[in-house]
Amino acid sequence: MKVLGISGSLRRDSHNTKLLRAAAALLPPGAELELWEGLKAVPPYDADDDTGEPRPWILRSLADAIEEADVVLFSTPEYNHSLPGQLKNALDWLSRPLASSPLRNKPVAVVGASTGLFGAVWAQAELRKVLGAIGARVIDRELPVGLADDAFTAEGRLADDEQELVLADLLAELVGELEPA
Amino acid sequence: MTTVVQQDLPAAVWGLDKNHSTATFSLKYMVSTFRTGFEQFDVTLDTTGDQPRLSGSVDPSSIAVKDENFHAHLQSPDFFDTERHPAITFESTGWRLDGDELVVDGNLTIKGDTRPIEARGTLTPASEDPWGNTRVGITLEAVVDRTHFGLNWNNPLPKGGLALANDVRLHVDLQLVKA
Repeated sequence: MKVLGISGSLRRDSHNTKLLRAAAALLPPGAELELWEGLKAVPPYDADDDTGEPRPWILRSLADAIEEADVVLFSTPEYNHSLPGQLKNALDWLSRPLASSPLRNKPVAVVGASTGLFGAVWAQAELRKVLGAIGARVIDRELPVGLADDAFTAEGRLADDEQELVLADLLAELVGELEPA
Repeated sequence: MTTVVQQDLPAAVWGLDKNHSTATFSLKYMVSTFRTGFEQFDVTLDTTGDQPRLSGSVDPSSIAVKDENFHAHLQSPDFFDTERHPAITFESTGWRLDGDELVVDGNLTIKGDTRPIEARGTLTPASEDPWGNTRVGITLEAVVDRTHFGLNWNNPLPKGGLALANDVRLHVDLQLVKA
């Protein structure tokens, strides 16, 4: 099973990308995480540029990565109480046209990290709302990792055992969404 | 309003006249009422047993809305989740007259959640149509809370409150033809 990880942060040493790597180590057996790292190259959404196929290669890469994945895990920082513009911009591309979005019915979950106390909790809520509007199957869970400068061990794991448990549980729920009861 | 007592219904299985029947709903959206319906649905009335049994199925992907993006959103997990729940179903469990009103109890299933509901309306007596068929008319209405069936989407309004009401008024106008 393939879990696609998309970080909402472009920064080289991004805490959110670290959080995705930490998640990779906690996936249930048989699942593997693949990071999609093309976010910075996504052009601004402009309906005048969206006149039909083919779209720019980076958008095809993103759509293909989502289509090939079984589930998608987003990790988002928080900019001004919301998700970063570049991530929202990529989602806006993916939402057009809505009925054939690769995110449609795709199980997705959202986590987030920030250097402040609140761990991007509002950005996570906003991102879940956007993903729901696009038609994804959104897991109604969150993982706010605050004080992110000190949140990871040298090996890249979450330093807080309880956070690690929550993340593992969230991932199990995400993967479990593929096989509803 | 015309009603008949139960025994006036001839024993038969009755099929739906799809061209002259409707399944609609309405609910408050911001400042007005949003009202639409489903194009694809089927209903059977069985009057061969101790009491009439009404059963129906609705295809939620046949909801009639004008905008394709709105239609797509309504099919998604935010609303009907038609990928996993391609049918809304109803099975009656009770049938009685309350004065002039027809009262039908039954189990309504939406998105995999089944709940008992009471629907009230009218029963128009069996009569002959111009082509020699026998038909009855049934109108039923019920109010359900959509959040009881996992349809939880909402949006906060800028000055407070929520955009979409939880109570949904379901309404069917059925013409049923004796097989």
